[in-house]
Amino acid sequence: MKTCLVVDDSSVVRKIARRILEGLEFEVTEAEDGSKALEICQRQLPDAVLLDWNMPVMDGFEFMGHMRRLPGGDQPKVVFCTTENNVAHIAQALSGGANEYIMKPFDKDIIADKFAEVGLIPVDQAMA
Amino acid sequence: MTPTEYEYLRKFLKDNSGLDLSADKQYLIESRLLPLARKAGLSGIAELVQKLQGGARQMITDVVEAMTTNETFFFRDKVPFDHFREHIMPEIIKARAAKRSVRIWCAAGSTGQEPYSLAMCLKEMGAALTGWRVEIIATDLSQEVLEKAKAGVYSQFEVQRGLPIQMLVKYFKQTGETWQINPELRAMIQHRQLNLLHDFAQLGTFDVIFCRNVLIYFDQDTKINIFNRLARQIEPDGFLVLGAAETVVGLTDTFRPIPERRGLYKPNDPRAAAAKPVLGGAPRLAAMAGR
Repeated sequence: MKTCLVVDDSSVVRKIARRILEGLEFEVTEAEDGSKALEICQRQLPDAVLLDWNMPVMDGFEFMGHMRRLPGGDQPKVVFCTTENNVAHIAQALSGGANEYIMKPFDKDIIADKFAEVGLIPVDQAMA
Repeated sequence: MTPTEYEYLRKFLKDNSGLDLSADKQYLIESRLLPLARKAGLSGIAELVQKLQGGARQMITDVVEAMTTNETFFFRDKVPFDHFREHIMPEIIKARAAKRSVRIWCAAGSTGQEPYSLAMCLKEMGAALTGWRVEIIATDLSQEVLEKAKAGVYSQFEVQRGLPIQMLVKYFKQTGETWQINPELRAMIQHRQLNLLHDFAQLGTFDVIFCRNVLIYFDQDTKINIFNRLARQIEPDGFLVLGAAETVVGLTDTFRPIPERRGLYKPNDPRAAAAKPVLGGAPRLAAMAGR
């Protein structure tokens, strides 16, 4: 089973994301900021990270920079999921090592599409 | 909705758009037509049917459009676009090296996601198509849908369905909450109103025809008729792309599936197709002709 780390300071968003991702057969762990997410990644890297941008303590962009420098840190697929919906932020995320980018609000179809896009789930599963 | 109203609407849609609803699609009609009835200040389906029976012209158009407009998104189903990039275009580039031109028809272009997805694929091919004349004709039954396609403006929700984020950044311009596909790609596409039930010979011949997720709504005879007419608009070495739930198999010999390439078809040589024995009747004819 593939693993996904959901990083968001909103417990409601984490809960919704968890439900969607478990439906896509991911084993889900949660973190409420970038710093807690980094601790989890230092123990074990997930296959995927669904990542908010603005969070207290450490934001998503900074977290991604640290995670990418861990041994094997280039492996996880990072999908931003944020209310930051302008081209400047998207471009910054991509050049910083993000694989995909979701602009909130999101739903199951968008997550499935984006996860299929980066090869985390088969395309037929996204269509189902 | 009473059974009489449902039957009336079924027949009405069949006659006006070719849409062939089975006997159990009441929910579909209600979900699409109730909002329309309310918008027009009508009490419900019954009153809407009365309007149609009275020949209210605008209402007739609105009902047909509401029932035939379908959800679509960028690079829908992915596989056809892989075929386009990896199989169709490389063959066309070889075969048309001297002529350096390609004509593509999206026969159910809807709100533009499919023709724009093809335009993006072509742009990504870069130098391989330098100096080529590329024509994409996108047709749809609905004028309202065509206007949206022409404008190329999509909501944040729409640009997140099927479109890789790199392509969003590369080919779209953000305006407030919406995203517009850039003028260079918009200029690659001609949008035309067209009902597939009517003659489309005036469109000319094409190297590639995308005709996805529209024939499923037609009955068998209509499908056969459209396939036969599509065959006349396609180059002998061209390609036909159908939706995932559609096939020519068992309907017509004018096209044959390409093995290992789901949804992709090539036209058969018309003479070969005519000579091929079909269901018992044809061999006798062939034998008689041989006498």
